[in-house]
Amino acid sequence: MKALSTVARTELRLFLRDPVTVAVAVALPSLVLLGLAAVPALRAPIEPTGDLSFVAYFAPSLLAMSIAVLGFQVLPTGLATYRERGVLRRLSATPMRPASVLFVQLVINLVTAMIGAVLVMAVGVGVLNVPAPRYPLGFAAALLLGTAAVFSVGLLVAARVPRARTASGIGTLLFVLAMFLSGVYLPKFLLPDWLLRISDFVPPGAGILWDTWVGTGPELAPLLVLAGTALAATAGAARVFRWE
Amino acid sequence: MPVIEVSHLTKRYRQHVAVADVSFSVEEGEIFGILGPNGAGKTTTVECVGGLREPDGGDISVFGLHPRRDRDRLREVLGMQLQAGELPDRLRVGEAVELFASFYPNPRDPGELIERWGLGPKRNTAYRELSGGQRQRLSILLALVGNPRVAILDELTTGLDPQARRDTWSAIEQIRDTGVTVLLVTHFMEEAERLCDRIAVIDSGRVVALDTPAGLVAGLADGQRLRFRPSGPFPDALLTDLPQVSALVRRGDLVEVRGGGDLLTAVTAALATHGIIPEQLRLEQATLDDVFVALTGRRADSPADIVQAQ
Repeated sequence: MKALSTVARTELRLFLRDPVTVAVAVALPSLVLLGLAAVPALRAPIEPTGDLSFVAYFAPSLLAMSIAVLGFQVLPTGLATYRERGVLRRLSATPMRPASVLFVQLVINLVTAMIGAVLVMAVGVGVLNVPAPRYPLGFAAALLLGTAAVFSVGLLVAARVPRARTASGIGTLLFVLAMFLSGVYLPKFLLPDWLLRISDFVPPGAGILWDTWVGTGPELAPLLVLAGTALAATAGAARVFRWE
Repeated sequence: MPVIEVSHLTKRYRQHVAVADVSFSVEEGEIFGILGPNGAGKTTTVECVGGLREPDGGDISVFGLHPRRDRDRLREVLGMQLQAGELPDRLRVGEAVELFASFYPNPRDPGELIERWGLGPKRNTAYRELSGGQRQRLSILLALVGNPRVAILDELTTGLDPQARRDTWSAIEQIRDTGVTVLLVTHFMEEAERLCDRIAVIDSGRVVALDTPAGLVAGLADGQRLRFRPSGPFPDALLTDLPQVSALVRRGDLVEVRGGGDLLTAVTAALATHGIIPEQLRLEQATLDDVFVALTGRRADSPADIVQAQ
């Protein structure tokens, strides 16, 4: 127990010593939202969205940012670095199981992702007059399952890649894909319908986040697919994980 | 009773046999060296002893514990310093030592250990800012922080400058003086000669010799070399007939005699019976280096070894 708490304290310190990552993950989505809101036209209701302002329309897209940056990039790259440099191997020569490092990193990244997501909601709803999630239960389920799916896929990447550079490359690709499907690069009303449909199912399930926050309510199928993805990827990661 | 017992260890990676047949035992409180060219199977052997690798055959026992089955109990009494085991870039020296100390039931005092290994001024320095020698010392220190009864140290002075190497050697002697048994992997002859009580020479996955450093040198048939300028002529047979002499070479008026055993006494006595005085007499002892060459057919740490390892 003492070992685990020391590992947790140490990993947290190391995490906080990388301020750029922390800032990007925690603050960037909220800052983007605040930046957009500084343009008056984006605070007024706009035509393609019905009664929503562009800021409100865009807020759910930004939710995906913290989750994807931590789950797809920071977590796999961190663990791959530990493997590449023999940190996991060094730990496995002590009475402490290296699995506890994996567990602690997972928790730290998850908590940070949640802080980033809550901050976007707080800024959006509290400061920028974005409506509160219209379907709170469905929204909570979507956020939970979408995050679980992203982190499980991140773990699967981390399980096997031998080099940090490879993990970072794959992670960046997944991050860019997630951002695109979330409508961060192009607003959703510019994306074709079939692509929006895909975004319901591909982690972090940006489509379903949007539907439950400002849209017309949750659908069961995407939630089930996200849950299935999370379970399958976690099981796969556990099966193929290499300590060295 | 031996602390470590290895018998008929084998380990292969796919078709490559890393360890073919290795047996040895290490007594409590000794520094036991495993010496051999690169790729000889040294690291694989100690990693099996430390439970990091599963052997394909043979038995290993450390304090009666099985390295894989009794993993957790073994980890508490055995400290390992690995060849390739780095730490996170931003982790500081003090934090690393405290982190590792927290893994063990009865750790040494981190602060005292840091001071003793000369890292006191570096306590708040991040791992990536440390020099190679400082990293190496930290690595050894982390192998010892759990207060182990056995320490496995793999290539502990590779990459160190000569001064840092000597400092590390003194430190290893200090460890032994506190009663810790040390299993030391090396390919430096000087290191083995200075530190080890006994040495197993491993080549191509087999133990080719096992003795004290002095015993290994003495076992070499022509381990000694005698050079002198005789005060007068004498027939070669006078010396080559001696059982201690294996070869005699004349270079101008200089005579070089090779042999083993009590070469010096035998040669000077034989010369004296002929009234010959050996002038400018010099005796050269073979070194562990010569033993190594004789046993493995390779010079230690030569480019040929690197080819061998690949």
